[in-house]
Amino acid sequence: MTDSAFAVVRAGALTTVQDLGRVGHAHLGVPRSGALDEPALRLANRLVGNPDGAAALETTLTGCAVRLRRGATVAVTGAPCPVTVDGRPAAWGAPVRVRSGALVEVAAATHGVRSYLAFGGGVEAEQVLGSRSTDLLSGLGPPPLADGAMLRLGAPYGPAPAVDAAPCPGPPRELVLPVALGPRDDWFTARALRTLATGEFRVSAASNRIGLRTEGPSLERARDGELPSEGMVLGALQVPPDGRPVLFLADHPTTGGYPVVGVVPEGRLAAAAQAVPGTAVRFAPRRAR
Amino acid sequence: MTGSGGRVRVRGLPVGDHALLLEVDTGEAALALHAELLRRAEARTLPAVREIVPAARTVLLDGVADPRRLAAEVARWDIPPPAGGYGATVEIAVRYDGPDLADVAELWGVAPHEVARIHAAAEFRVAFCGFAPGFGYLTGLPEHHHVPRRATPRTRVPAGSVALAGPYTGVYPRSSPGGWQLIGTTDAVLWDTARTPATLLAPGTRVRFVPERPIPEPPSQQPLPAQQPARKEAST
Repeated sequence: MTDSAFAVVRAGALTTVQDLGRVGHAHLGVPRSGALDEPALRLANRLVGNPDGAAALETTLTGCAVRLRRGATVAVTGAPCPVTVDGRPAAWGAPVRVRSGALVEVAAATHGVRSYLAFGGGVEAEQVLGSRSTDLLSGLGPPPLADGAMLRLGAPYGPAPAVDAAPCPGPPRELVLPVALGPRDDWFTARALRTLATGEFRVSAASNRIGLRTEGPSLERARDGELPSEGMVLGALQVPPDGRPVLFLADHPTTGGYPVVGVVPEGRLAAAAQAVPGTAVRFAPRRAR
Repeated sequence: MTGSGGRVRVRGLPVGDHALLLEVDTGEAALALHAELLRRAEARTLPAVREIVPAARTVLLDGVADPRRLAAEVARWDIPPPAGGYGATVEIAVRYDGPDLADVAELWGVAPHEVARIHAAAEFRVAFCGFAPGFGYLTGLPEHHHVPRRATPRTRVPAGSVALAGPYTGVYPRSSPGGWQLIGTTDAVLWDTARTPATLLAPGTRVRFVPERPIPEPPSQQPLPAQQPARKEAST
């Protein structure tokens, strides 16, 4: 076992390796994947002196714990949570220097869903189509972490910058998502579009890396029949036959046959990825520019 | 390129602020539009885009700086009919032994062995990919051979299953749930990220299915048409 290895002591509910994802392969059916809260990943990497796109660990609600075999700088961002090193409290949202053999614990998120644990040098998983991201839809990239699994760190890029702490926006209590209407808003009744603008939706517990599912009013279609499969973008608000909008996140399918009523700008998806089940959601539809 | 050979009419639909969905009337027109987009991307006369995703009646352009301007530009293009496809024809060796072969034969009104003969005689094109990495939606069967999906999807379709649904033929790159009608099996590797390219079937690729074993001909039938004598040599 080389000293770049680290052991997964507690994998948590779902912890995956994520970088900025695979771009340019959607026409082959390959989802983009990558960190759901991209600004949080970039920040964690900067705090430990990595390029923005280095791979880190993305946790889900319950955190994770790893034991290092060499000293490293680590940082936790995204969903706020207690961080401990060998049982002693350490900073969240700031670079933390840990010694060889240390147990780094990311505890359950106090609010939000996904925390990011970055290491100086990044997580060294095999690249598939230019990315180390775990893609849960198509099974590309490394498998989700399991208790007892061994992973490896990359060689450090250089000294971590001298930062004490960086500001991170906390997850909002209510998720307000702008929606640029189209391409298939004409598949819905005028009443459905009013419902989209005024209805009270909530984040469903069935949400995952593929999509944020909603509970609440259902959107009524103006026409029957099937839409021939068409390309889907990140942030697409797709409406399946039950009428409850699903917001496509990083592991979304590249084509689909349910109509997309509108698209949420990429810059707002990080907030969506941090909204816990039950969070109130409001949509603010507008015409596409 | 509607069926009558007219000009391709392209409608641009907004997809957020940085993508554009180009919609046409037929699958043939979508192939032609996709080919034209790839030509212009290669010649660097297309503005930078992150993804070009063809589908049944559309091509999605993602990562576009100014979708409105690009939509106006595309509407002025004169799009030639699709050429014969890209590169050599990919041949996929198939055992026509799928569990839905008899159902498909009944839907087509033919004997089960005729399904293999008809399917292997068709020339396919990869219209688009989706569902899973390396899964191509292949067109080429005439309309009277289109079939519905199974009423109840299977929870597990084995990798290498050759299947039909609607106008499409597909091959499952890996085991997954699926509702298509299974007519055969192949050992071909559809998707392998250790290979370049990872996919066997990219959009536009021409495909033929080659029976691994000669298809038995009942005595009353005519011999195989002259254009298919290569079958015996192709089976290994």
